[in-house]
Amino acid sequence: MNGLVGAWSGRINVDLKVKIKKQLGAFSLDADFTVQGNKVGVFGPSGGGKSTLVSLIAGLRHPDRGFIILDGETLFNSDRGLHIPPEHRRIGMVFQRPHLFPHLSVKGNLLYGYKRCEGKNRKITLDSVVDVMQIGHLLDRGVRHLSGGEKQRIAIGRTVLSNPRLLLMDEPLSAVDDNLKFQIISYLKDTCEFFGIPYLFISHALLEMRVMTNHVLTIADGHVTGQTTAEDLAICGMKDADGYANILRLEAPQYMNGISAYQWGDQRLLISGHSPLAETFFELMSTDITLFKRHPGVTSARNLLKATVAAIFNTGSRIGVGLKCGSERLVAEITKEAADELEIREGEEIYAAMKAVAFRRLM
Amino acid sequence: MPIFSHSDYLAILLSVRVAVVATLLSLPFGFAVAYLMTYKRFRGRIALDVIVNLPLTLPPVVVGYLLLLLLGQNGLVGKWLLQPLGIRLIFTWKAAVIATAVVGFPLMVRSIRTGMEAIDERLIQASRTLGAGWFDTILTVILPLSIRGLIAGSILMFARGLGEFGATIIVAGNIPGVTQTIPLAIYEYVSSPRGDVLAVSLCLVSITISVLVLLFHEWLGGRMVRAD
Repeated sequence: MNGLVGAWSGRINVDLKVKIKKQLGAFSLDADFTVQGNKVGVFGPSGGGKSTLVSLIAGLRHPDRGFIILDGETLFNSDRGLHIPPEHRRIGMVFQRPHLFPHLSVKGNLLYGYKRCEGKNRKITLDSVVDVMQIGHLLDRGVRHLSGGEKQRIAIGRTVLSNPRLLLMDEPLSAVDDNLKFQIISYLKDTCEFFGIPYLFISHALLEMRVMTNHVLTIADGHVTGQTTAEDLAICGMKDADGYANILRLEAPQYMNGISAYQWGDQRLLISGHSPLAETFFELMSTDITLFKRHPGVTSARNLLKATVAAIFNTGSRIGVGLKCGSERLVAEITKEAADELEIREGEEIYAAMKAVAFRRLM
Repeated sequence: MPIFSHSDYLAILLSVRVAVVATLLSLPFGFAVAYLMTYKRFRGRIALDVIVNLPLTLPPVVVGYLLLLLLGQNGLVGKWLLQPLGIRLIFTWKAAVIATAVVGFPLMVRSIRTGMEAIDERLIQASRTLGAGWFDTILTVILPLSIRGLIAGSILMFARGLGEFGATIIVAGNIPGVTQTIPLAIYEYVSSPRGDVLAVSLCLVSITISVLVLLFHEWLGGRMVRAD
């Protein structure tokens, strides 16, 4: 990333043990889970207790009973009457809105947490964050007249600069315009990966979960109902939805005659249109992939990939086919009749065709 | 414009001095009480609210008389705290300050509270998770963000203090050159023959000070908006 050297590559995984109860009016949260990982999602419908859980872990609220243990350190234990206040937990928060301090400059906001961080924990510095977030030109400005995207970037930078050992992101994209969402996602993900900060990402949007996390806690009605991955959730959701969305993160396009060429693993993809960004997320619906038993010769579809059938599963009205294209994976969906005629078997080679216009750019 | 007597000038100066000292004295207490009322849930919160706001609803004369009972020679505070320390408050300008402070205090607390309640709770949560303790958060987030309320409360209290009459006359008396403020001087002129011209002149002085103070408030408010 911009040739930055000396980035902190410390311990990345987080180990969180939680067993808490909290009554809030008619709603009660009763969470009991242990989770390890670096990109953990907390997924569930609105009103299911996600935000309550986050505020309890951060220490902004007291649980009624139970304990919270982070990396072996007890942050809360009702039996021992222990409650470490939020300022001593080193858990950073990114909220739905930026919530920048209006009386401070951009620089003042960025350094607010850094100044309060103990010297031995100051691994991430202002210069590196300014570089990663590309906010150098804003430092001396006030925060009121910044754009939404700039504000959220500064809010992320401010939290990262407090050098937290865990980052809690409470629906950080819900208040961001759609056209900025995936830009912010890139900043969030890259920053956490670059500085080695594990995070808990809270959202009710499956798409965000799939891009941001590799492990997911599902929560509903105040209970943690299970642990899974976002991909499994998406595949489970195929039965109710109109198909499965393959998410591709592609970078460095070569643009020619209305078509952009992207490198995808060891394959090349041709996609209609031109993205001004260096890196773009695309969505490819499973139903927009056509399968051929043998190489079809010449085709109007601009992308023809050789793939191996990795999985075959029933999605209700259709058949889902997991494809392995070199180092990458795709899910296609075909009708039962087509599956019978193709006689597809796991491990077989197959050809997958996609039109250049089938890729939808996620802005 | 008639020439004011020496004691009239003293009355004008004393009025300003009493109002300024009472306001400055009340600021930290007003901020602390507003903070408690806005952010803390505790037993006796309603009682505190009632006590703080009582001077707003009571006749100032009643407040003055209660203060006299409390601070006087035989009063609870007067007998056990002030006398042993050798402090005499009643019928001095300091008594006028206390009367003014008590009567104007609810106005100041209300203004500061309005400012504090407008602060987004998430800003306070952000500062806590960024490593600031509660006192640190008060100093670096709540105080600067309620500065408009503090200014508005101070102006309001200062203006109210200039006009304080009922409580002041009871605890400080009406001694020309010592405890006589503008309203007390006006009262004296009005009740004496041929004092009308001087009374009207002092009224004009009073109006001028009030207008200047309110203009200063507007100017300060406008400046703060542009400073963003």
